[in-house]
Amino acid sequence: MEMLIFLLFAALALGSSLVVVLHRNPIYATISLVLTLFCVAVLFVLLGAPFLGVLQVLIYTGAIVVLFLFVIMLLNIQKQGRDESAFAGQGLQAAGAIGGAIVFFLLVGLALWRSGLPELHPLTADLVALKGLSRDLFAEYLLPFEIVGLLLLVAVIGATVVARKPPEDGPATKTNPEGAEL
Amino acid sequence: METMASPVLIDVAVKLAVMLGFVLTVVPVMVWVERRGSALIQDRPGPNRLGPFGLIQPLADAVKFLFKEDVTPSAADKPLYLMAPVLALIPAFTTIVVIPFGPTIQAFGRTIPLVVAPAETGVLLFLSLASLGVYSLILAGYGSNNKFSLLGSIRASAQMISYELALTLSVLAVVIPVSSFYLPDVVAYQQTHMWNCIPQVIGFVVFLIASFAETNRLPFDLPEAESELVAGFHTEYSAMRFASFFMGEYASMTALSCLGVTLYFGGWSLPFVHLEGWIGAVVGLLTLVAKVGICMAVFVWVRWTFPRFRYDQLMRLGWKVLLPLAILNLLGVAAATLAGWL
Amino acid sequence: MSVPIHWYLLLAAAMFCIGAAGALTRRNGISIFLSIELMLNAANLTLVAYSRLLDVRTGQLVVFFVLAVAAAEAAVGLALFIAVFRQRHTIDLNRINLMRW
Repeated sequence: MEMLIFLLFAALALGSSLVVVLHRNPIYATISLVLTLFCVAVLFVLLGAPFLGVLQVLIYTGAIVVLFLFVIMLLNIQKQGRDESAFAGQGLQAAGAIGGAIVFFLLVGLALWRSGLPELHPLTADLVALKGLSRDLFAEYLLPFEIVGLLLLVAVIGATVVARKPPEDGPATKTNPEGAEL
Repeated sequence: METMASPVLIDVAVKLAVMLGFVLTVVPVMVWVERRGSALIQDRPGPNRLGPFGLIQPLADAVKFLFKEDVTPSAADKPLYLMAPVLALIPAFTTIVVIPFGPTIQAFGRTIPLVVAPAETGVLLFLSLASLGVYSLILAGYGSNNKFSLLGSIRASAQMISYELALTLSVLAVVIPVSSFYLPDVVAYQQTHMWNCIPQVIGFVVFLIASFAETNRLPFDLPEAESELVAGFHTEYSAMRFASFFMGEYASMTALSCLGVTLYFGGWSLPFVHLEGWIGAVVGLLTLVAKVGICMAVFVWVRWTFPRFRYDQLMRLGWKVLLPLAILNLLGVAAATLAGWL
Repeated sequence: MSVPIHWYLLLAAAMFCIGAAGALTRRNGISIFLSIELMLNAANLTLVAYSRLLDVRTGQLVVFFVLAVAAAEAAVGLALFIAVFRQRHTIDLNRINLMRW
């Protein structure tokens, strides 16, 4: 049963990640990313981290990818035309990058094959339950937790400042002091 | 998840049938309630031709939707256009799996908690699946190749993600005294203490307003208002596809009402009654249905009473009023729980 | 039958390599960003797989932080795209190459 679920969602994740990278239309690539993220969330649940799976769906697909879609629609990014290549650079550079990626994957595969990975213990309640995760977060990892909170605040402020419309002609303009910034 | 009993497949199937049957029954009933209720509020008869009190009207509507001509715009982005109505149904029908509808019963030699998915993640699972509802709005508007649809869909999705924050924070405030995301635990807490709507009034009000905005119901239905944007993101959809959006809206109203009733009004439990076994299960289910029914009647009542918000007023309310209120509520509940009051 | 852990690790490696190839070769800025998110997810999957293998919670905690940092990075990166687009009216990386040699 677990094998069946793994095979289904792993195949789906691989297929949709290929679509993400290869499709010409950015909207379709983003939708495929949603599918990939959902499959990875299911795999998290299989690996005994149900909270991370749920958080992945809530944060990644529920917020981040929506942001992507909004930006794509705001900037009206068209899909690449038929005659233009979707890939930068000459064929040699692209082949080099893809070749390098394949070599890396083969090396990882080789390392895994040669190493003796120990057998999996059955899932313990300690690993899966929220209690352990939250206790670690608020006891041992409190400092990183607070720093990440600060980081998110800084990111929100920074993104708002960077993306807003620049003021029209500089400080001398007083025509619209209460201007609605859209 | 290992701490809960491993669900047997047949249990899951039966419970799923109960919950899905509930939601699927609510949709045609709501069609009738909406039309007769609005007529009552507006001092007119409403549909009364088909059957006694117009009770066959939903059936007629369904037949109409099935036989209507299906028009697809020629320049529409076909895969996205076709995917959107399906995506509208997914959040509504998947989120009900965490709602408990009765006490834990002992039957057939095993303990069966009466919730389809007895996962420890409970409410978080609900919120995460509900957040997927934004995609149907975005894809419907984008795929229709129509300016009104796009505008309506951008507004609707921005509204949805904004009010999701307030919704999540008010739900978190309920979870804090219970110390568990698992919804049967929340119901058990309310059986021993009082219903959460009394100590957490602010949170309840925030939840109520946010759930109106989440389901695009008046007073927050500018994205699909007939007089403003033709029909917003579902302008280009006809017949069965429009019916899917329609059904999705009612189903997500039901799911959010189930959640609100479970979090704030004791779910399937009655105040001083503790029934066990099959009787308890049946009474629990009927209680849940009754409470959800009251909640849906409130939805209809509010729709036909209030004027709709303008879009900038809507966003201002969500970000500048509801979000701070939800955060203050969360802090207050956390402090009260630490002090031992809750 | 339990799934051997190296299948998860191989899947994560494959996703990482697909994402890396995409990030290095695509011309559209948004596509590069999507590939980066894919790589981050592959790393998350590896971390959770090892956490399961070694029966410790450290991997899950790191994934928690990676999720938050990825969210922050996505927000800032997309804001930068919007700002660049306002100036150049394109996010084709073959045209935004002022600082290339």
